[in-house]
Amino acid sequence: MLQLNDLSARVGEGDEAKSILDGLSLEVPLGEVHAIMGPNGAGKSTLAYLLTGRDGYEVSDGTATLEGDDLLDMEPEERAAKGVFLSFQYPVEIPGVPVMTFVRAAMNAQRKARGEEEISAPEFIKKAREVSAKLKIDSEMLKRPVNVGFSGGEKKRLEIFQMMMIEPRFAILDETDSGLDIDALKTVSDGVNALRSPDRGMLVITHYQRLLDHIRPDKVHVLAKGRIIKTGGPELAQQLEREGYDGILGEPA
Amino acid sequence: MADDVKVKEGIDAGTVAAAKALQSENYSAGFQTDIETEYAPKGLNEEVIAFISDKKGEPSWMLDWRLKAFERWKTMTEPGWAKVQYEQIDYQDLYYYAAPKRGAKYESIDDVPKEILDTYEKLGIPLREAEVLLGVEGAAETAAEARGGATSSKVAVDAVFDSVSVATTFRKELEKAGVIFMSISEALREHPELVKKYLGSVVPQSDNFFATLNSAVFSDGTFVYVPEGVRCPMELSTYFRMNAENTGQFERTLIVADKGAYVSYLEGCTAPMRDENQLHAAVVELVALEDAEIKYSTVQNWWPGDENGKGGIYNFVTKRGDCRGARSKISWTQVETGSAVTWKYPSCILRGDDSTGEFYSIAVTNGHQMADTGTKMIHLGKRTRSRIISKGISAGRSDNTYRGLVSVNKNAEKARNFTQCDSLLIGGDCGAHTVPYVENRRADAQLEHEATTTKLSDDQLFYARQRGLGEEEAVALLVNGFVRDVMQKLPMEFAVEAQNLLEVSLEGSVG
Repeated sequence: MLQLNDLSARVGEGDEAKSILDGLSLEVPLGEVHAIMGPNGAGKSTLAYLLTGRDGYEVSDGTATLEGDDLLDMEPEERAAKGVFLSFQYPVEIPGVPVMTFVRAAMNAQRKARGEEEISAPEFIKKAREVSAKLKIDSEMLKRPVNVGFSGGEKKRLEIFQMMMIEPRFAILDETDSGLDIDALKTVSDGVNALRSPDRGMLVITHYQRLLDHIRPDKVHVLAKGRIIKTGGPELAQQLEREGYDGILGEPA
Repeated sequence: MADDVKVKEGIDAGTVAAAKALQSENYSAGFQTDIETEYAPKGLNEEVIAFISDKKGEPSWMLDWRLKAFERWKTMTEPGWAKVQYEQIDYQDLYYYAAPKRGAKYESIDDVPKEILDTYEKLGIPLREAEVLLGVEGAAETAAEARGGATSSKVAVDAVFDSVSVATTFRKELEKAGVIFMSISEALREHPELVKKYLGSVVPQSDNFFATLNSAVFSDGTFVYVPEGVRCPMELSTYFRMNAENTGQFERTLIVADKGAYVSYLEGCTAPMRDENQLHAAVVELVALEDAEIKYSTVQNWWPGDENGKGGIYNFVTKRGDCRGARSKISWTQVETGSAVTWKYPSCILRGDDSTGEFYSIAVTNGHQMADTGTKMIHLGKRTRSRIISKGISAGRSDNTYRGLVSVNKNAEKARNFTQCDSLLIGGDCGAHTVPYVENRRADAQLEHEATTTKLSDDQLFYARQRGLGEEEAVALLVNGFVRDVMQKLPMEFAVEAQNLLEVSLEGSVG
């Protein structure tokens, strides 16, 4: 289970410091998919970065644990080895490093950190073929440098490709639907759904409801002003779509 | 580190483990071998030059040649235009000759002092020169296979220990092909006519301060001659290693590829750590006749000095290739990770019509290192082409300068050049500089220049770490990506070592 307890965080230093999470509590058991929705600036991406260990955020209060392990105490790569995966809203370009090289290095680094055997080359290639077929990714794309010259949709597909290769224990999907056309949205969602499993949790961060038509969440949380202000079932997403955030928040957001 | 280098996609475990050793006290080639050494008297004068020439049993014309260079050198002043700073060198306070006491020649490999063989073993360079030097026929082949190399290639090694070439392997097989591969001292005795014909024909005695000094005092080096139409059956290699204190090392390398010949030559360098700066002023001359091709690769990891910038090697080298015949080709590939100060510009004179010159370079500076390196492409012949790809990586408090000249002569019709200079900065205290000069006298020349400077970004690092890569591993991966197109030009044996070196050189550069 991913368990966030009364989490407060700031960005920036000294007088510039700005509060971005303010007593956020959330539980996502393994086996469930939860969605976090919220207006722009609510702290959705901050939450994703905070959980994955990006520099620049200072936790002032609260805890974040995965299966009881304190995430906030770990380096980003340790969290990854623990099974935390982030599908980036804005995937980063890595010139000169082919996708296959990158993903294999990542998988092996994680396995090594967990004391497991490295994946063999044939095994890796076989798996990459299967996953790319599911995501309708051309094998040529896997030979190109990571994200360099990729369209927005290709970048998002590649994020899901990495997720399906790595098979994390807990995946955070940050605005995965942005930049995807309808067909791509369906392909990507099929990939995500295929990964649903009793021992894997997911947190889907999105601004719009349309992704949740394809990836049906067990629970929907509304994040505003740095904390969860409302939690419900999938119908909450539909309510948001109808009434907007203003309707839920009861005031302009 | 030597034994567990494996060829893999991306990064390999052994490489990463090797990177644990950057702090200079851990410089992995930093040890000194205790062997009895014979020196020339300290300082530089006619007697010392005569001593060197005599030790080598050289013909008298060679001594005259040296003395002429020395006369010239005395009138020259040390240049100061490069963007490097170093302490004044006292040329009278150096030894110009140091040789293992047992002498230059060994009848067989068994006669090579054990200490020397041990030294080579400790160096741990992928060519497994220990094995090769032990004369195990096919040793290099086996080593390559062991590392999964599909195209296993033999490598012949000529090892220069301080000033003397101690062993040449695979000599017999090369002889069968008609290839001459020996120390230049031997060549002066056995093939004086060839040496006389080509020595100084690309880098004249009077070329520059350091080359002229080298002409006067060079103590050994390598000579290669590949006869007409012969494709050299194996990669040739020399390992230079500086051992004795306060000796400048002045090798002289001369490689001649006759009409239609092909040769690939690898030069690897290491030096033990010392507080004194050691001067290295080599001269390399390449001559490619009609339709010949020479590929010259260097991996240099001389000691860069300690974390305070003390010690290290001064590397002031003159390397030049002459595409003398039509359709000839010379290709320089270098990976420079070592030395306190590097000052070198491997160049091509494109004299033959339709000849091609290439320069692929990776220069890494960290700590207090300074590198001013690049190339000169001199287009003289018609339809000559040149290509320059330079990748500079600066970390720590280092300074990395690319300096290049593309010159198109008035007869070089339709000459073409493509230049790409990319700089990568790691951290905020280092510098990268690009100084491209172009001299063009033809309206029909096609000259392209691209330059980029990027900073290793926190976004990239975080992205890689989120996927599970440790910080050092992530930096290595990103840097490897940055240098990939040059790395691919290296012979496979060297590519592995080069990748390894990059990692060691950059360890501790982030965070």
